[in-house]
Amino acid sequence: MALAALSTSTAQAPADTSRKSSPVALFLLLPGILYLVLFFLTPLVSLLLTSFKAPTEFGDFGQFSYAFRWENYADVIATYWPHIIRSFGYALAATFFALIISYPLAYFIGVKARRWPLLQSLALVMVIAPFFISFLLRTLAWKQIFSDESFLVTSLKAMSLLAPDAHVTGTAFSVIFGLTYNFIPFMTLPLYTTLERLDVRYLEAGSDLYASPFHVFRKVTIPLSMPGIVAGTLLTFIPAAGDYINASREFLGGTGTQMIGNVIEANFLVLQNFPAGAALSIILMSVILVFVSIYVKKSGTEELL
Amino acid sequence: MATGTFAESGADLELVGIHKRFPGFTAIEELNLIVPAGSFFALLGPSGCGKTTTLRLVAGLEAPTAGRILLGGKDVTNQKSFQRPVNTVFQSYALFPHMTVLENVAFGLRRRKMADPVEKAHEVLRLVELDHLASRRPQQLSGGQQQRVALARAIVNRPALLLLDEPLGALDLKLRRQMQLELKTIQEDVGLTFLHVTHDQEEAMTMADTIAVMNKGRIEQMGAPQELYELPRTSFVANFLGQSNLFTGPVVGTTSAGISVDVAGQKITVPVDRAHRTTGDITIGVRPEKLTLHRSKPSHDPRANVMGPGRVIDVSFSGVSTQYLVEVPGVGKLIVFAQNMTFGSEIREGDEVWLSWAIDHGFGLEDDPANAPRFSPDLDTRTIAAQHLLEEA
Ligand SMILES: Nc1ncnc2c1ncn2[C@@H]1O[C@H](COP(=O)(O)OP(=O)(O)O)[C@@H](O)[C@H]1O
Ligand SMILES: [Mg+2]
Repeated sequence: MALAALSTSTAQAPADTSRKSSPVALFLLLPGILYLVLFFLTPLVSLLLTSFKAPTEFGDFGQFSYAFRWENYADVIATYWPHIIRSFGYALAATFFALIISYPLAYFIGVKARRWPLLQSLALVMVIAPFFISFLLRTLAWKQIFSDESFLVTSLKAMSLLAPDAHVTGTAFSVIFGLTYNFIPFMTLPLYTTLERLDVRYLEAGSDLYASPFHVFRKVTIPLSMPGIVAGTLLTFIPAAGDYINASREFLGGTGTQMIGNVIEANFLVLQNFPAGAALSIILMSVILVFVSIYVKKSGTEELL
Repeated sequence: MATGTFAESGADLELVGIHKRFPGFTAIEELNLIVPAGSFFALLGPSGCGKTTTLRLVAGLEAPTAGRILLGGKDVTNQKSFQRPVNTVFQSYALFPHMTVLENVAFGLRRRKMADPVEKAHEVLRLVELDHLASRRPQQLSGGQQQRVALARAIVNRPALLLLDEPLGALDLKLRRQMQLELKTIQEDVGLTFLHVTHDQEEAMTMADTIAVMNKGRIEQMGAPQELYELPRTSFVANFLGQSNLFTGPVVGTTSAGISVDVAGQKITVPVDRAHRTTGDITIGVRPEKLTLHRSKPSHDPRANVMGPGRVIDVSFSGVSTQYLVEVPGVGKLIVFAQNMTFGSEIREGDEVWLSWAIDHGFGLEDDPANAPRFSPDLDTRTIAAQHLLEEA
């Protein structure tokens, strides 16, 4: 769904309607369809069924049987609503910060650096380079940097910029920071690909028509880079909402910063409450789906800006 | 300039000593130009001669390497493009793809906080006969329609100076003639200053009050279309603006009628006041429609030049006139346009002919013949423009 939404919003020109259904096309689609049925539809149905399971009577701990126990949903919402809200709040904040940081970066690489192709490639490599080191390692490194004994935190405390008993890890700040940091490349790359193709003659035309640089940016640059903005925010927001590494206690989070991903992990792996974990997963998926479709619909109309 | 009022009238444009160097390439050298307020000024030249660059400098999209730009007597060299009371019709149109035609046209009005931008935009769209497409996107229009939207988007702002970069290039002939008249009418009605760039000499001659012929980043000659046509100063102008027969030779004497030049043994006279050089080797010329063909050597006339005999090597009939190509030994090929008015024996390929023209119709060029390019006369302006393109490539 998210992918379909992406592709329709990326197409600037009216979508090509040359959809001729020929047997050959169907045949070529077959492997894809099989793949989807096998690895997407089947687990999805299984997840849905699990989410309605009830504990087996007189069964062992972690034993469930098929039922239609819709109360599972009411239970997890009643128990975990703060986590659900927190997840989307953190994901939104991280998406926002990633956009604020990535847009100027992508604009510089894609537009300003056009005259120096070498600088352009170098800057791109620098954006992608962190990918070569494991996501876990990088997040752990930040944990070190933000730990109570670290140089950064002790210095801040020495300068009285931080209360003596304050912590950085385990706070909303450190989780949002981690999410932002980890998803910046996902935001920057799609932005770069649209900005790299941005025709500066439109910007010149705007300037010729009395628009100040600020207005040119708002009325011309942003609308023309909308496909990149939509793609980048989706690629950041969706995984960030379900992320459980950054918020987990072993990394940048604490007890007060648990996200929906952490709860799902705990229900599946620790509490062995599979129906609760499945119900949470379905809730996460549905909320993202609703969010994304509203967003894509809104951003598809230029009147939004 | 966000005053919310239109320019009352056009403004003078003055370019003083403009140079523009791109890394490793000089696009414009020493450009001095005055475009009087309210005039329709054409900048004519082959592709790649620096016309677009000149307009970009005036619009503020490019900064000159040296020199000053004055608009209405005010130095605008350091003003940003959005601050200048100038609008451009871009060669590539540059219509915003994310806006409707109407929003494109209203863009400048909105930025200047004009009253009723939508109403004014509709008005100008009616002028270019596109109001029925106001809600379309630019990419849903044909090239010619896009060009008219680009025109509408610029003139709706009534700028003191309107820059037009080959604005009619994508239109078919009929629409182009119509738009030429339309543009001229708009310009006269509103009294704006138009700086029109084109490589089409006919367009420049029919529309402009003044033409500046540009070549390789320099202005070769400037003046009223008729003046430029009748008295070209360089061989480039003589051949880019219409066609010319050019001859080179040493000055051999001065008579009351003018200066005499020895062209491969034939004495040709040019009036002194129509010659830019009067000593040494000079290049002289005459327009093809000024020549008359004769089957026998014409009797001596002190007010006419005679050349011949030569042989007709090509005849092409084009309705109102016939074009002859005559090879005169030692001189080269001459081109003759004859109106199809004379009856009598037809001149055919291979016939021996003499040519004559009134001394008053000749002109002498300023070029030093040693380094002036010699165009063969059967090339028209389009071919020459194409040749220049090839040279650039
Ligand atoms: N940004 C630029 N960098 C380098 N050379 C340029 C640039 N813009 C234009 N030129 C060169 O300047 C010359 C004049 O270009 P232009 O003004 O566009 O010509 P035209 O008369 O066809 O409009 C051309 O040879 C072109 O290659
Ligand atoms: Mg040009």
